[in-house]
Amino acid sequence: MFRYATRRLLGALPTLLILLAMAFFLIRVAPGGPFDAERALLPEIEANLRAAYHLDEPLYQQFGRYLWGLLHADFGPSFQYRDFSVTELIMTGFPVSLRLGGSAMALALLLGITAGSIAALRQNTRADYAVMSASMTGISIPNFVMAPLLILVFAVYLGWLPAGGLGDGSPRNMVLPVIALALPQIAYISRLTRGSMIEVLRSNFIRTARAQGLPMHKIVLRHALKPALLPVVSYLGPATAAVITGSVVIEQIFGVPGLGRFFVQGALNRDYTLVMGVVVFYGVLIIVFNLLVDLAYAWLDPKVKYS
Amino acid sequence: MKIKYFAASILVAIGLWGCGAETEQAQPVGGLSGQELAENQVLRWGNGAEPGSLDPHRTQGVPGSNIGRDLFEGLMSEAPDGTVIAGAAESWEISDDGKTYRFSLRPEARWSNGDPVTADDFVYSLRRSLDPATLSNYTFILNPILNAEAAAGQLPTTDVGVRALDTYTLEIQLENTTPYFLGLLTHSASYPVHPPSAEAHGNQYARPGNLVSNGAYRLEEWVVQSHVKLVRNQNYWDDANTTINEVWYYPTEDQTAELSRFRAGELDLSNAIPKRQVDWIRENLRDELVISPYLGAYYFGFNVTRPPFQNSPELRRALALAVDREIIAGQVTNAGEVPAYGWVPPVQNYTGQQMPEAAWTQQERVQEARRLYALAGYSEENPLRTRILYNTQEDHKRIAVAIASMWKQTLGVEVEILNQEWKVFLDTRQQMIETEIYRSGWIGDYNDAYTFAELFASGGGLNHTGYSSPDYDRLLREASAEGDMKRRAELLQQAERVLLEDLPIMPLYFYVTARMVRPWVGGFTPNIMDHHRSKNFHILKH
Repeated sequence: MFRYATRRLLGALPTLLILLAMAFFLIRVAPGGPFDAERALLPEIEANLRAAYHLDEPLYQQFGRYLWGLLHADFGPSFQYRDFSVTELIMTGFPVSLRLGGSAMALALLLGITAGSIAALRQNTRADYAVMSASMTGISIPNFVMAPLLILVFAVYLGWLPAGGLGDGSPRNMVLPVIALALPQIAYISRLTRGSMIEVLRSNFIRTARAQGLPMHKIVLRHALKPALLPVVSYLGPATAAVITGSVVIEQIFGVPGLGRFFVQGALNRDYTLVMGVVVFYGVLIIVFNLLVDLAYAWLDPKVKYS
Repeated sequence: MKIKYFAASILVAIGLWGCGAETEQAQPVGGLSGQELAENQVLRWGNGAEPGSLDPHRTQGVPGSNIGRDLFEGLMSEAPDGTVIAGAAESWEISDDGKTYRFSLRPEARWSNGDPVTADDFVYSLRRSLDPATLSNYTFILNPILNAEAAAGQLPTTDVGVRALDTYTLEIQLENTTPYFLGLLTHSASYPVHPPSAEAHGNQYARPGNLVSNGAYRLEEWVVQSHVKLVRNQNYWDDANTTINEVWYYPTEDQTAELSRFRAGELDLSNAIPKRQVDWIRENLRDELVISPYLGAYYFGFNVTRPPFQNSPELRRALALAVDREIIAGQVTNAGEVPAYGWVPPVQNYTGQQMPEAAWTQQERVQEARRLYALAGYSEENPLRTRILYNTQEDHKRIAVAIASMWKQTLGVEVEILNQEWKVFLDTRQQMIETEIYRSGWIGDYNDAYTFAELFASGGGLNHTGYSSPDYDRLLREASAEGDMKRRAELLQQAERVLLEDLPIMPLYFYVTARMVRPWVGGFTPNIMDHHRSKNFHILKH
């Protein structure tokens, strides 16, 4: 398995390089530049700025310089946040996004799998309809509607929880953003679990287990859950990477200093290095999580073996 | 004869704070009302976007400047009402020709680490600000200083007209008489930085732990996209008259989210309000809504380098007259904006000029617009087909749609409305190829008509109309060199009249600031620059 993982990671390097090259050139093709402002800069000042950030060099040279920096774990200086390097910004934002996204995914898994399993076991009953309607609502209501609603009810009207910010870092500040982030995930996961659980429950080995008189909870927990989770695990790889790298909507509405805003602000401000930094980081996470998903398959499904 | 100015700030300080008295609970008492103060003197601001930098010479944009005013103090400062008063300089003399300024610094002024603030510090800082290597975006603010423009590359910064006569005396020489020069010295580009710290930390000077500042507060924490926390600078020369102990600035880009945080009690002052909720706010949070004039103008520009607006002043005037500004300001923007028939908002020492048609009824304007439209060769059968370009934002869209429909109704103009993302929009607008009509706005850098007038000089940095008028340029040059304030104002007024005659732009409204302020926030005084310093605030017991 270790050899498999190493091979997969090495195999991902060309993918990462292609991703890097595409992001590097695409952001530079976009009209407008990092130093464009309402009032145009003096040509001398703009020339100085371009020289200071090596934007006056040919593109291939800039790309080479960037790759060389990456090899030394240097993502370069941010054009927009001029007192910080991109590495520092990522290292400030990522722990927050990780904490927020990790909690949201944990909550989503717990509630999603439970609700999905209940719906599958009580197929076509009121419980099933309730879970599926709730999850449909969760999928359909976008974050930018749900988040302000949660704030309005729990922070403004009831005054139970803070409306935004990290405050002193207490868990109270994380409750609403975690819920807002988790709701659509709960919805997706519960639907996926329900679908695959229904399928598994109809399979021969479950029928055999039932014929042998095993109690239902044992059948579900010992035999049905693991295979039923396969589609959920496939979904989890990219979803977790996306959630822990931050959601711009959630971060903006709740004033949370995560990675998501850097992505969007970086792109809007043509902060080339910041965009690149977040793209690389996101790319690496996707690769790692997809690998973890594949490794989890081997654990969940005895038919899957890696050598 | 030399004129001597004395530190008005002391008087202001006495006026603001001198009425305090001890209460039985030994609570500090003060503020304009002399009411009892809260025990916890913490001020929490919504501050719009995340500042790009807190280095005063590298920052750009309003959020960074707001924090800068608490951290640093220039030679000059501003009273709560925006009047320019003494800052780090306690007095100053201006030579008869208005070109030499001699500042006497406060000997008691200290950096946050206890070092004295000296004339050498200012010499270092002004040179640093102008040094191309600092990568400042605002060097043009210091352009009136002798050789400042040349310091961008032609001359070393040591040739700039700034020198220390002794430890506490600074002399600044100007290229020309610049009546608004003292006001420029309240701008962040002119703030002093602590030379040993700036040298030691370079690009990382503006970080907690590195930043040594001379203002009423020092930087305690900065978590990007979360908050900036300032605490009182005990070494500040006027610390005895400072009441707020801690200031928190929160980035609040989403105005609806900011309003929620305000309503949940997490902010004492908001940066803005969501315009679409202004009616609801007026109805439900009336006592906390503060709307006041702001030094900004919103306008549509015509690209006069290409048809259909090239050599067509009557067409531009027809379109300008066909817009009902009362509807734009009263129903579309709706936060108290002032309909604009002139270019310069109400700045000090200046009476703004207006289009002659400003006094007419809208019906009369529309009649005249129809006459001019026909004169320009257009009619119902042969309508003008043009396009409005704006940067993607809901408020701009609503204004563009309203104006397009006004033109359609009154003149039959066929308008295509295009939006572009901000940086793409800037690029397109600057090229002056695709644009016919574009939206724009300008917030003055300093409280003087010149900050607006200079924009439409030939080749100016924001002149994306391509307008070039020898008369306008001449009047601006004459105004720049004029020492007599009255005569200078007249020249600028003449220039504004030329602009309003040629109409390369169509002024629409003057800005207002609209923000939420908690009733217990004392010391908040609206001013046209919307410049505030936390040291002038206090929190009343609530």
